[in-house]
Amino acid sequence: MCSLCGILGCDDHWSSAISRPDVYTRNTDRVSRRREAARRRKIANAILAIRRLKLSSPTGTSYVLTNATGRSQVFDALAHLWPEADQMSSAGFDPLDEDFLTALERVS
Amino acid sequence: MNGGAIDPAEAHHGPTPVNLLTGFLGSGKTTLLQRLLTDASMANAAVLINELGEIGLDHHLLERIDDNVVLLKSGCVCCTVRGEVADALQSLHAQRARGEIPFFDRVVIESTGLADPYPALSTLRAHPVLKSQFRVGKVIATVDAVNGLSAVAHRLEAVRQIAAADIIVVTKTDLCDERTTMAVRSRLGELNPTAAIITAADATLPRRLTARSAQSADELEWIAEALPAGDEAGPSHAMSRHGDHHHHSHDEDDAHAVRSVSMVFENDVDWTGFGIWLTMLLNRHGDRIFRVKGILNVAGEANPVAIHAVQRLIHPPVHMKRWPDERRQSRLVFIAEGIDPQQIRRSFEVFRRLSTRVLADDPVVGADRALEAETSASA
Repeated sequence: MCSLCGILGCDDHWSSAISRPDVYTRNTDRVSRRREAARRRKIANAILAIRRLKLSSPTGTSYVLTNATGRSQVFDALAHLWPEADQMSSAGFDPLDEDFLTALERVS
Repeated sequence: MNGGAIDPAEAHHGPTPVNLLTGFLGSGKTTLLQRLLTDASMANAAVLINELGEIGLDHHLLERIDDNVVLLKSGCVCCTVRGEVADALQSLHAQRARGEIPFFDRVVIESTGLADPYPALSTLRAHPVLKSQFRVGKVIATVDAVNGLSAVAHRLEAVRQIAAADIIVVTKTDLCDERTTMAVRSRLGELNPTAAIITAADATLPRRLTARSAQSADELEWIAEALPAGDEAGPSHAMSRHGDHHHHSHDEDDAHAVRSVSMVFENDVDWTGFGIWLTMLLNRHGDRIFRVKGILNVAGEANPVAIHAVQRLIHPPVHMKRWPDERRQSRLVFIAEGIDPQQIRRSFEVFRRLSTRVLADDPVVGADRALEAETSASA
């Protein structure tokens, strides 16, 4: 989470880096930042749904990962998403696992 | 400990670059460092030395820059002194801000021969204070022309060092014939095609070391050489360059081979989906994917975006000012241990198609319109 704006997607993750010369980022203004955060949530949730997890950001300042039984985990940086998701799912998220990839192919 | 002091150097030049000098035991790191520090472009470098053992031999070899040498005394950077790296850098920063030490515009960390480069690099990116004061600069690895390939064949540390390097310096070439040197360079090029490979006598080293980003001529040079344009279906695009290394000395199974693989992807790439994919891939496999480097044809962007990761450390992506050639293709190099390149390719494509499907009727567009209207109304 960025200490200046406190908005989702503004944490110091490489894929939404703080805007500066030469750096590619969509973290440039409020509209772009929120659009990108929403797109990221949408793709992440399509993936997480395979393991019955869901990512939300009710306050816009942190992330909440919830499983089917209602257990939730709160974290404030996108970098924590997949380690947390791995912990909340026995099968985990391995993008080189063929079964996982097959399941992803069924996501519409 | 910085007391909030505003460092005039930082105010004018931004975060101070930190170069990591790595290389296996006896590969000539300190000799190279000595020579580097005589170059005018390195005259204002501060040096951190990580010493194993009680005698600071390396320190005595670096008398010229005594004022800015900080000895790291508790063993190996890899596992025990990451906190000391952070402390030493913060101390240097604070002393510079207070004018207590001569001005420095660069830091060189000489690691021990057994250190994995990743922890020192990740300290620079992960530390809440350091990440605004310092930035990761080029990584140099020294490889001894006489014994270096033996280390690569038997020690995973040596492989990690070479894989992390932006510049590989082949040392002790005066102790072997030209054919051996060429063979060593060739093998290193197979293992890490993203690095510039030069000899210790090469006068371009200081310039290469201080080059700033993917905009530099050196970077475009390696892309043109290591990632030439081509047809996606062609055999060269799942090209596998085997290194000699086998992590398990008694296991000649190809599953443990370290190899570099270059891939070309014809279709443009959704940035959001790629970010999720690479983050997830390195979260799960960062221990055996030593390096990812390349350029992406990001959907909606005219120019390529350069990607650069060392294990789980992913550098801020660089928006390049031009393509290295006429083909607008995403091209990635992976240096990995025991990973089938076809698995990576398949995974990349599955995630690319997933992004396309999931974002096909993106309701965010509607939300964006409302948000833009709201923004313009409040302006």
